[in-house]
Amino acid sequence: MLIDINDVSHRYPGRAKPVVDDLSVRLDERRIAVIGANGSGKSTFARMLNGLVIPSVGSVNIDGLHTSRHGSQIRKKVGFCFTDPDSQIVMPTVAEDVAFGLRRRGWSKAEIAARVDDQLATYGLERHAEHAAHLLSGGQKQLLALASILVTEPDLLIMDEPTTLLDLRNTRMVADLVSGLPQQVVMVTHDLDLLADFDRVLVFDQARLVHDGPPAEAVAFYRALMGVDA
Amino acid sequence: MMHASLYRPGNSVLHRLPAGLKLSVLLAAGGCSILVRTPTQTTTALGCVLLGYVVARVPARAVLQSLRPLLWVILALGLFQALIMGWPRAFVIVGVIVALVLLANLVTLTTRTSDLVDVVVRLSRRVRFLGMRPESIGLMLSLAIRAVSLVAELADRVREAQQARGHTISPRAFAVPLIVGALRRADEIGDALAARGYDD
Repeated sequence: MLIDINDVSHRYPGRAKPVVDDLSVRLDERRIAVIGANGSGKSTFARMLNGLVIPSVGSVNIDGLHTSRHGSQIRKKVGFCFTDPDSQIVMPTVAEDVAFGLRRRGWSKAEIAARVDDQLATYGLERHAEHAAHLLSGGQKQLLALASILVTEPDLLIMDEPTTLLDLRNTRMVADLVSGLPQQVVMVTHDLDLLADFDRVLVFDQARLVHDGPPAEAVAFYRALMGVDA
Repeated sequence: MMHASLYRPGNSVLHRLPAGLKLSVLLAAGGCSILVRTPTQTTTALGCVLLGYVVARVPARAVLQSLRPLLWVILALGLFQALIMGWPRAFVIVGVIVALVLLANLVTLTTRTSDLVDVVVRLSRRVRFLGMRPESIGLMLSLAIRAVSLVAELADRVREAQQARGHTISPRAFAVPLIVGALRRADEIGDALAARGYDD
């Protein structure tokens, strides 16, 4: 999918400074990462990509669809994974949460149940199908969140710091899972170890895109920017 | 932390009964409860409900868990009724309440939330002419059920944070972060619903 961002700036009401300032970029690579300090505009940028945030100025187009006019259409093609899985698990049990995204497809109950079973097996959650979602471990919750998003087979997956709350093992698990996905992925992250396989890395600082390049170069730039030695 | 009243997978007769039928029985039991007048009838009602737990193969722990939040209310009500109207009447009143709570819990334990919500959605279709959207009502119900565990977790976290900072339990210091946290979580869930296509 082509992500086309033109002269975008965004300012939240009541805030003097913009959170994203004068951003223009075209993205069509398979794996795109976004890094930057806290408050640099990364999450707002991610939210713009599926129309959760409509920029105050400029336009965001996803595969030719304008986020301010075609939000619903875009969200059918673009999945969004939040940092805290508890914020996006909306149903009481594991199977119900995966089924939630399929409800509006007009499928029969049996079709939905079969698709849910497949998806839970793919993500190793089949034993937990009837369990309360809030009783899963942090890693399992993030897996469930991903399974619930990906069951609808979006073309593009946006991930906003998906490993921030996870331990090393679960971070690795999510990273392996993401690297095997056929979808285009845009991942906002603070975990620089995840970037090696990415095609392109954007570095944000103080609401602006300050670097755009391959992972090694972008990470070196970011470390220098933060005053941290490699 | 385990919260009571959530579906327990199983294959018993009660698990296999249609959700609509179970809800109808619950409703009928609620209506008929005013007809229970004697300790014998109360004991029979309690026995029938407990038999349901045996049939559904639900452990006794789950029975106690569902009653725990009501314990003080039941005790106070029982004592009050015993002083005013005597022990037999107190037993009837408390027994009927306990039986109904246990029955409602049994329905929840043996029925998937989605099946319960489906029944409500089907029933709501009849009031579509009032401008109500059945799917939205179903979604609202599911979210309300999910919110119980989220708010309970949030309350645990606020309580722990208070204790870690050496504060004694103060209603205001407990309520403010709980309400702020709940509102923030509601915002996040709103975003998550929009991100999953439920933004209309």
